[in-house]
Amino acid sequence: MPVPILKQGNYLIASIQAAMSDADAEQLQDDLMDRVGRFRSLGIIVDVTAVDIMDSFAARSLRTIAHMTNLRGAETVVVGIQPEVAFAMVQLGMTFEDVHTALDLEEGLAFLNRRVADRSPHDRA
Amino acid sequence: MVIAIDTADDIVTARQAGRELATKLEFSLTDVTMITTAISEVARNISKYAGRGRIRLGVTQRNGRRAMLVQALDDGPGIADIEQALEDGFSTSSGLGLGLPGSRRLMDDFEVESQVGDGTTVTMWKWLPASA
Repeated sequence: MPVPILKQGNYLIASIQAAMSDADAEQLQDDLMDRVGRFRSLGIIVDVTAVDIMDSFAARSLRTIAHMTNLRGAETVVVGIQPEVAFAMVQLGMTFEDVHTALDLEEGLAFLNRRVADRSPHDRA
Repeated sequence: MVIAIDTADDIVTARQAGRELATKLEFSLTDVTMITTAISEVARNISKYAGRGRIRLGVTQRNGRRAMLVQALDDGPGIADIEQALEDGFSTSSGLGLGLPGSRRLMDDFEVESQVGDGTTVTMWKWLPASA
C-alpha cells in the first residue's frame, strides 16, 4: 500500500503505515522527490508513529529520503519512533545520526518552522 | 509454521506471522519487536542473496530451555566466510551490513550453517518468558 503524502503549506507530511513493503519504501522516495520539486516544499515530515518495526532496509530508505530531499533544498524530520522500535534499532546497530528526529508531529512541525525561519531572505523561504 | 519467501513482499508476511506467534507466547512488546526485526533481516537476506527460501517459526527446546525458534533456510549461493559475514559493516550487497550481526544481537542464541553453492540456514532462538 503506497504511503499517503499530505501537503501542508510549505511542508509535506508522509505517514507510514505498519506494513510498509520494500516496494512501498522505494515508491515513497520517488513520490517525495517528485513532490518537493512540484510543490517547492521546504520541509518534509515522515511520521512513523504507526510503524511497529524498523529494519535496516526501512532505516536506510529513510536516510536516503532525508539526504536526497536535502540536496533539493528541503529539510526532512522523522517523527514518532516508538520506544520499543528505538530499542530494537539500537540493538540492531542502526544509527540515525545524520537524520533529524522529533518526538511527534507537533515537535516535528516546530523543528521545521525554526529551520525555515533561520534561512536568510535570499533563500527560497 | 513455514512461510515461503518468494518475493520481497513475503518479508512482510513473515514478520507479521512472527509478531503473532511471539505475542501469543507472551513476550514483552520490546521482545516482540526485537524478534520481528530479526525475522525481517534474515528474510531480507534470503530475498537479497538467494532469491527465494523459507522462514520456519515455532517453539522448541534449546539447551534445556524453551525458546521461540526462527529459522531462515535457502538454497542460494551460500556464505564463503561466515566469520566475516557476522562482523558489523560487512556486506556484499547494498545493505548496511547489519543483517546477520544485528539479528544475533536481537536474539538470545544464534547459529549459521552454510556451504558455498549449497545454501544457508540461519537458526535463532529467543528464550520464552518465564510466565509462558
